[in-house]
Amino acid sequence: MAAPAETGGRDLRLERVTKRFGTFVAVDDLSLTIPSGSFFALLGPSGCGKTTTLRMVAGLEEPTAGTILIGDDDVTNAKPYKRPVNTVFQSYALFPHLDIFENVAFGLRRRGGKQIKAQVDEALELVELGGMARRKPAQLSGGQQQRVALARAIVNRPAVLLLDEPLGALDLKLRRQMQIELKRIQTEVGLTFVHVTHDQEEAMTMADTIAVMNGGHVEQMGGPADLYESPQTTFVANFLGQSNLIRAAVSGKSGDDLVLEVHGQKVAMPAARRASGTDDLLIGVRPEKIQLAQPGESTEGFGSNALPGGVVTDASFTGVSTQYLVRMPWGQELMVFAQNLGAAGLLRPGSKVDLHWDPAHTFALDGSLDANAGVAHEGATPVPVG
Amino acid sequence: MSKMRRWLGRNAIRIYAVIAFAYLFVPVAYTLAFSFNDSGKSNIAWRGFTLDKWKNPCGAPDVCPALGNSLKIGVLATLIATVLGTMIAFALARHRFRGRTATNLTIFLPMATPEVVLGASLLALFLNLKINLGFNTIVIAHVMFCISFVVVTVKARIAGLDPRLEQAAMDLYADEFQTFRRITLPLVAPGIAAGALLAFSLSFDDFIITNFNSGSVNTFPKFIWVSSLRGIPAQANVIASAMFFLALIAVLVGQAVTAGRKKQKA
Amino acid sequence: MSAAQGIGVGEQQQLEDDQHDSGSSAPTQPGRRRATPYLLLLPGMAWLTIFFILPIATLLSTSTQTRPEGAEIGVYTQTFRVANYTDTLSEYATVFARSFTYALIATVLALAISYPLAYAIAFKVGRWRNLLLVLVVAPFFVSFLLRTVAWKQILADEGWVADALRTLHVLSPDGRIINTAPAVVIGITYNFLPFMILPIYASLERVDPRLMEAAGDLYANALTTMRKVTFPLSLPGVVAGTLLTFIPAAGDYVNSALLGDPVHTTMVGNVIDSRFLKVVDYPTAAVLSVSLMVSILVLVGLYIRRAGTEELV
Repeated sequence: MAAPAETGGRDLRLERVTKRFGTFVAVDDLSLTIPSGSFFALLGPSGCGKTTTLRMVAGLEEPTAGTILIGDDDVTNAKPYKRPVNTVFQSYALFPHLDIFENVAFGLRRRGGKQIKAQVDEALELVELGGMARRKPAQLSGGQQQRVALARAIVNRPAVLLLDEPLGALDLKLRRQMQIELKRIQTEVGLTFVHVTHDQEEAMTMADTIAVMNGGHVEQMGGPADLYESPQTTFVANFLGQSNLIRAAVSGKSGDDLVLEVHGQKVAMPAARRASGTDDLLIGVRPEKIQLAQPGESTEGFGSNALPGGVVTDASFTGVSTQYLVRMPWGQELMVFAQNLGAAGLLRPGSKVDLHWDPAHTFALDGSLDANAGVAHEGATPVPVG
Repeated sequence: MSKMRRWLGRNAIRIYAVIAFAYLFVPVAYTLAFSFNDSGKSNIAWRGFTLDKWKNPCGAPDVCPALGNSLKIGVLATLIATVLGTMIAFALARHRFRGRTATNLTIFLPMATPEVVLGASLLALFLNLKINLGFNTIVIAHVMFCISFVVVTVKARIAGLDPRLEQAAMDLYADEFQTFRRITLPLVAPGIAAGALLAFSLSFDDFIITNFNSGSVNTFPKFIWVSSLRGIPAQANVIASAMFFLALIAVLVGQAVTAGRKKQKA
Repeated sequence: MSAAQGIGVGEQQQLEDDQHDSGSSAPTQPGRRRATPYLLLLPGMAWLTIFFILPIATLLSTSTQTRPEGAEIGVYTQTFRVANYTDTLSEYATVFARSFTYALIATVLALAISYPLAYAIAFKVGRWRNLLLVLVVAPFFVSFLLRTVAWKQILADEGWVADALRTLHVLSPDGRIINTAPAVVIGITYNFLPFMILPIYASLERVDPRLMEAAGDLYANALTTMRKVTFPLSLPGVVAGTLLTFIPAAGDYVNSALLGDPVHTTMVGNVIDSRFLKVVDYPTAAVLSVSLMVSILVLVGLYIRRAGTEELV
């Protein structure tokens, strides 16, 4: 048995990996490089292939085609127990008949290591479960079980640590707390973490790099801010946060700016932010980047792009902000988040408003893409795009 | 009056349960009581209380050898049926293979066949092959009808096992064999134990199939059957009562242990 | 709360997995994987093939044999005489009918006794649940022959049951219970009770009591709740229980032999037993065995289709 190597400088590489189940293509010609020591998130909706990718790295599925490398070692067809990879399973998969200590010691014992007690104690200390060693998993709370699962994997110092929706079973408050905790532990031990999740907020909180997956391939990869501010596809624009996507056509250039025609109005955006070469575009603005002004109101300090003639159709107060739906003259409803600064009062449904935003906050995508891709959060109805 | 009726209405099902329990226990009470009967050759009428039979349970001829045979057959048949049945259960629960439907049918049919048919058909085979009836043929017969029950019990337990536990073990450097020994087997063990207990009780109490295939070998149920014509000695009641209490204590202790563990968890 | 959430998410993920995963454990080498199930099956299935399927085949073959002229007792040769079936079945038609009637009545009685009992244990006894379950099974730790013999004593002519019934004029002064059909049915009903109670309890236990509360909340009275919610949900247990009772009941002969009358309560089992072991008339015994098995399987098949459940044991 190849002794799982200590960490240090071993990147995880997937080269043209495909996984088919019958006729269903779960992962489609996927290539990825995950640098050693990074906190990497695979983000996507249910069925996008992220879990299958993770299971192939763990050795629980065999790829139909392609190669998986850890450092220079080809592990594509290696058994799970012959890879320097450990997994924090969804719902933890703690061995119910073994106590916490033995759960954590399991991997060390299989590899016949020395000083098992010291290593296990250290790992339990790291996850702040020092006094729990002799309890059974069923005697712990969900959050504690989660920590045991983490300690059980980390104690082996794998080259790659896989986390399969690790926080999915925790309630919201505990999840927030564990996100910070996980990030701290990752920084402390310096292992490569590959984190699979469908929760975009969780991915953005923890990961250095996020790969957004859809239909078995990576839609876009990058840092959280990069993905959020400059999505390259409608799927990413809609799946990560919310976007207003509006039909636009290129009508000219002015310096470094692109001039666009949007339903009869001229708006501008930096030419460098254009993600597609086509003239038929979908321009996007995040709801919190838009400011509302009632006709005649001062718009001083507002962005120079403006779309007039909107009517508020719905306003919901959420505390931090107020979320407005604004019907535009061409029939499309746009979303606007107004931060609760206490100064302006609530706009009532029926109020006439103009929309303003900074040209730099505009992004532009290929107009032939499906404007509703990635919207499919439960019960969402497709938004008509004017 | 209406109060009374409402009370009856609310407690009807409990009253019914008490009556049902009485029905369940009257014959048991008879069996227990008559183990203390100061009986002569037959043990039908009550003749007074005595502890003599309890002091000397082997006092009646043939009782204890028959019991010994039943225990030996029970243990042997249980061992074989549990091993074979557990193997089949793993194949059915964990593998895909051709002939699955035929296998399931072969497991199901012995349970759906009346004992008298099982016994008679096996006897027909033994007669055709000119095999001498005795201890071995009883064990063969008992293993045959116990396998299915073991398969069903163990299969249910395996099906209830989270496959992620085994995946986690392999992820933690345990190879197939270590995974089986350290994770799968300990977690399936309660199911195997339940299957074995079921097999033993079926074997120990079997009369019909045994009667067809036992030749001259005596077992405890066969002893009761044969002596029921002439009169069953009270020693048989003593042995049956002792088995009853042993089994009852074993189950109650088992329950207390599990309950204790659960409480610890909570 | 968090546990419930966990299950929800787990299921969702499981769905994703199930789309493309057989749900089996980690992949093993293809070659070994194909051979493993057969190696596991081999010894047990060989045992069942030799000592169950082969005997049934032997029985089938025996059922059409005849005794050659002047041959010794117990010697039969294969003559493929299908008329053995018509001869035997016409001779024992009443015995067959009686067996199935007794088995049916016993099954219905057992259901009537077991369902309320299982229901009470599942929902009405609180922390006594486990103890009562043990008590339900406990009687069956006593040898079933001794229990049947105990019924013989209980139902005897001079026993307290007969006395009481005579006093109540349910029974005529010279009436008896022992050696009558009711005695046999009482014995059979009693004998297979745990096979009825346990499956029903198992499926009732799985019924979420909140469903019954919801039915009550939606204007169903106790009876409607039982009819529309509880009973349908416990149906798999009822189907399993009735089958596990009916099948052995139809083939039983111990109750008939100990509690019945040698002529008027004879069941198929008694005839098979005596034809095989006493009269040494193997073909007749074989015909009866095959017919009993086939008719039970047909009835079971129809019943399962009717009940619309494949979940047996």
